[in-house]
Amino acid sequence: MNPVALRFRELQQTDRKAFIPYIMGGDPDLPSLPRILETLVANGADLIEIGVPFSDPLADGPVIQAAGLRARQNGCTLTKLLATIKAVAPTLPVPLLLMIYYNQLFRRGTARFLEEIKAAGVAGLIIPDLPPEAALELRGLAANFRIGLNFLAAPTSTEQRIRLAAEASTGFLYTVSLKGVTGTRHRLPPELPAFTERVKSLSPRPVAVGFGITTPEQARMVARLADGVIVGSALVQTIAADPGLIKMASLARALRKAI
Amino acid sequence: MAALDELSEAYQRYASTPEFQEELAELFRFYAGRPTPLYYAERFSRELGKGRVYFKREDLTHTGAHKINNALGQILLAQRMGKSRIIAETGAGQHGVATATVAAKFGLECVVYMGEVDITRQAPNVFRMKLLGAEVRPVTSGSRTLKDATNEAIRDWVTNVDDSYYLIGSVVGPHPYPGIVRDFQAVIGRETRAQLQELAGRLPDYVLACVGGGSNALGIFSAFLADPGVKLVGVEAAGQGLATNQHAAALLKGQPGILHGAKSYLLSDPDGQVLEASSISAGLDYPGVGPEHSYLKDCGRVTYQAVTDREALEALAYLTKTEGIIPALESAHAVAAGMKLARQLRREEIMVINLSGRGDKDLRTVAEALEVKL
Repeated sequence: MNPVALRFRELQQTDRKAFIPYIMGGDPDLPSLPRILETLVANGADLIEIGVPFSDPLADGPVIQAAGLRARQNGCTLTKLLATIKAVAPTLPVPLLLMIYYNQLFRRGTARFLEEIKAAGVAGLIIPDLPPEAALELRGLAANFRIGLNFLAAPTSTEQRIRLAAEASTGFLYTVSLKGVTGTRHRLPPELPAFTERVKSLSPRPVAVGFGITTPEQARMVARLADGVIVGSALVQTIAADPGLIKMASLARALRKAI
Repeated sequence: MAALDELSEAYQRYASTPEFQEELAELFRFYAGRPTPLYYAERFSRELGKGRVYFKREDLTHTGAHKINNALGQILLAQRMGKSRIIAETGAGQHGVATATVAAKFGLECVVYMGEVDITRQAPNVFRMKLLGAEVRPVTSGSRTLKDATNEAIRDWVTNVDDSYYLIGSVVGPHPYPGIVRDFQAVIGRETRAQLQELAGRLPDYVLACVGGGSNALGIFSAFLADPGVKLVGVEAAGQGLATNQHAAALLKGQPGILHGAKSYLLSDPDGQVLEASSISAGLDYPGVGPEHSYLKDCGRVTYQAVTDREALEALAYLTKTEGIIPALESAHAVAAGMKLARQLRREEIMVINLSGRGDKDLRTVAEALEVKL
């Protein structure tokens, strides 16, 4: 079993829901990464998603786009990011996932990429622009490396597609809460509870919901129905506003409590 | 994926019906001004060499470029799918203008994403789109050109997928778009083939077209792919030169990669970051290329070359002076490659160059390059 699946099993055994914060690797700069990760762990993160900055982040809204741009401008590359993760991962008691766009992995070559991330201590992958049917090679190899794969289901997905994504996922099924890109939202779609229940009923894997979740109240609502809650832009925004991380820590703590 | 499946189904259900084809044919004829002439450029041919050079005059269509063919085809599809809002991306502005035009004609709301850099380069087209009732949204992310406008259009589409139709402008993007756009542009090749048969009684020896995303090239090539005697040449933008990193030659200098949901040759660095393409011509300024071109390159059916900004400008000036035709800077790339090839043609040989668009929109860029104040 890969570390992502293992963590979800532990949580389920103790009847807890996963709090999964997302941050952008290298934002505001790479030396800050260990401190950001440690602060998230100290405030209750169960798994952490680290975005790999990319030139064309199609699935991301303005907050994460801006964070990625800052990271790239400050010299964050995949190689440097992995080196930083490698130094800090052994000290962290939570699985780290990379959110990465497919071209970044593809240019590396699947096998070499998996070797590198495994060596860095990465536990799982989210690839927003890779559907499971186009990931046959990756799915085969990731199992050997015990890297958890987490495919996406969206409100527009058919029942068949939700099942396909769930079955291909070896960690959790990443359930996109809304039609659109990442970002903070005042309100989540009214259909979200029903959609989450539908996904839960179709998925043999744990279900974590992300995109748009901004406030502890929203996180509480989602946590009642799903196995995990992913919060990205809202946290990324606090890092930009306060590099001292006090705002991030207090939001993370509030989210943890709500979940 | 659901939206792409819906599009595939709609395309299969409607596009091959006689009713759809008839409506499209009527629009081509009475609205777009098709068939466009296949013009024998006598002076251009004679001054350069021994063979005969024909131009397929897509520049004479309504809105001044081949983009209208695809825009008309896709808007009929959008209408049948019950979509009320049209989204498009544009580089040179030709596709944006074509989309704004058909949206006006069919009474649909239209939003066009355009990179800030291109908005400056192509100011007349921006005004044209606004006059046509479209909202032009400036894109300030990344290189602020076509690639980034495409990102924004896709983000809009996934957000407003229920009522919006994404009218993509080239043979790029996720399946089924590259095939749909090729099919709607294939009219260029069909006409060329029939017209040359009438004019010369035979197939051409060479067919040349410029390649950015590659829709005008696939449109004209598609009619000749099965004729091994017809040499097909795609012309990419070499920008400041292929030896610099200021070019847009994805096929010649790129590697396989993934952009906008398609696997194709792509300009990206070893970390997989997509590089910023560079060309004097906004319509060729794209770091990727349609996946079918990658296939045609790998199987050897089409030969790809590149010409520089400078050569394209010279070709624009030369065609203007010898034939009284001002080509778009995009098309001028095909003309430049054609000028080199024309010198080697034998007496009986025939070359067709796809003149994909007119150059009026580029006059400011050309004037700046020639250091002329307008």
